Amino acid sequence: MGRYVIRRLLQAIPVALGATLLIFALVFALPGDPITALAGEKRMDPAVADALREQYHLNDPLLLQYWYYITGLLQGDLGTTFSRVPVSQLLVGKFQVTINLAFTALILEGVIGIGLGLWAALRKGKATDTAILAVTLLLISVPVLVTGFVLQLVLGVQLKKSLGIDFFPVAGAFEGWRSYLLPGFVLAGTSIAYLTRLTRTSLVETLRADYIRTATAKGLTRRRVIGRHALRNALIPLVTYLGADLGTLMGGAIITESIFNLNGIGQQLAQSVYLREGPVVVGIVTFLVMVYIVANLIVDLLYAVLDPRIRYE
Amino acid sequence: MKKTAADVLPTEGGLGNEPLLAVDDLHVEFTTRQGVVKAVNGVSYDLRAGETLAVLGESGSGKSVTAQAIMGILDMPPARIPKGAIRFRGTDLLKLSEEARAQIRGQRVAMIFQDALSALNPVFTVGWQIGEMFRVHRGMSRKDAQKRAVELMDRVRIPAARQRVHDFPHQFSGGMRQRIMIAMSIALDPEVLIADEPTTALDVTVQAQIMELLAELQRESNMGLILITHDLGVVADVADKIAVMYGGRIVENAQVHDVYRAPAHPYSKGLLESIPRVDLKGHELYAIKGLPPNLLDMPPGCAFNPRCPYRQDNCVSSEPPLYEINSTRSSACHYWREVLDGSHG
Repeated sequence: MGRYVIRRLLQAIPVALGATLLIFALVFALPGDPITALAGEKRMDPAVADALREQYHLNDPLLLQYWYYITGLLQGDLGTTFSRVPVSQLLVGKFQVTINLAFTALILEGVIGIGLGLWAALRKGKATDTAILAVTLLLISVPVLVTGFVLQLVLGVQLKKSLGIDFFPVAGAFEGWRSYLLPGFVLAGTSIAYLTRLTRTSLVETLRADYIRTATAKGLTRRRVIGRHALRNALIPLVTYLGADLGTLMGGAIITESIFNLNGIGQQLAQSVYLREGPVVVGIVTFLVMVYIVANLIVDLLYAVLDPRIRYE
Repeated sequence: MKKTAADVLPTEGGLGNEPLLAVDDLHVEFTTRQGVVKAVNGVSYDLRAGETLAVLGESGSGKSVTAQAIMGILDMPPARIPKGAIRFRGTDLLKLSEEARAQIRGQRVAMIFQDALSALNPVFTVGWQIGEMFRVHRGMSRKDAQKRAVELMDRVRIPAARQRVHDFPHQFSGGMRQRIMIAMSIALDPEVLIADEPTTALDVTVQAQIMELLAELQRESNMGLILITHDLGVVADVADKIAVMYGGRIVENAQVHDVYRAPAHPYSKGLLESIPRVDLKGHELYAIKGLPPNLLDMPPGCAFNPRCPYRQDNCVSSEPPLYEINSTRSSACHYWREVLDGSHG
């Protein structure tokens, strides 16, 4: 088990290198000159521009630039932006916002998705089941832009105006965990729908298994047959899905962060791509790649805990 | 006053002349999209303590459905029991509340299944699964239940039980898994054990060991054993009596040696003749012609008539009742005399 973890972490190194190089090359290939853009409408003194280019190694070939970046990264230096702010300082607070948002979304997804899915499975073919499936279809069909603004208006604004309930902040991250409820739900929307359906299918399938019939024949109550024997097995594919989804939630927050004006890495990423801030973009992407890798590793390890038939050597 | 489970539960009564378990004119049907499938149409058999009844028949003959009805583990719906009774020590199980039935299921009437790999839960250790019987039904602690699980694994002769109690089902061989299944079913000393094709998934040498184990456990505890199988070879050594099923009905009831000597129903006769025999090596193996009946569209009269070499006109026009041949024997064939004579000759 320990050797497996080490091997998986070692495998992450080439993945991280490849991903950063790719992103670096893409930023490099963007049209336009970031130094000229820095001066805005005014003309920049060519000597100053040259000095800046020299300082940021912009005249060097791609691979050399990448080398400078990686050696800096290994010494804990994420580089500086063109406006001379260290990238690490720029990102640290924003990562916190995005992580809070992603985990709020993940928790909402897990609780609502699995809850609704189990409920639907246990009422298979009845009205509840059909209603839950209809709701998931709605969640999948309506885009984030619509759910975001509608929830802002209904739960944020109207609820306060008509009933005086001021519980859901509509923008910013100033109200602690409550600030993340609405954006978290919006971000998790489609994932909730998929997880609900996956949970329903998984439990319905499991309840058909031979060992469920055995458990019933042992004289166990239906509650115990479902709660212990079926659930343990039905949960296995759901954990995989949830783990893999964490990366998606982290990287997919650009629109949600904009709607709810959360100052996270999604907004920063969009802005930095626009300004051709290579080190910032690569820093964010490297972080996301690491999140994916670690989340997948945790999922694989959890898999072995949940399903004893799986062993890692 | 509302009766509690203890008031209606059969206790010591029913022994003596009364059988331990009596299935009486049981009907089971399933509602499907294609129509109503009549899986069991008036099955009756009984079982006494210490006795082994073999229920013989091909897939779809209703033998497993009857067993699941006894256990009360049929999914209802789609299943329905429109008629019949299942008396355990004189009490009709079908009239009991679900609560009262749960007190019998697994504790006094237990069951083992065909494929032990899929019948055991893959994510729990075998010790946990055996011990669950003691924890749930006897309120034992985890530790005591584990100790009892080891004892039971010893009793069904699983080597190194003390270590293996922590293993998962997939870590055992097929024969050992079936022993685990048996250990779990006999955990609470049931009075009736139903074994639904317990050896079908195993190879021949292991089959013999499992049958021997079941026979031995039965001798020790005097429980009644219902052995469901399609394999006549398995039956001969261990069963006392036999019920042959076809198309959801019992076509022949007999002591096991009587059937082997001279079957009284064309279907039992066909089954016996289709066993490979050393003295007939080189001859073509006999096979019953035709296909099992479609339960959605049963042939009129006797269900076996399209495949029967003894068929006469009245086999199509009237369904044969279960004719009593003597006190231990009956056959659902209008021409049982001819079949019996033909068998002797």
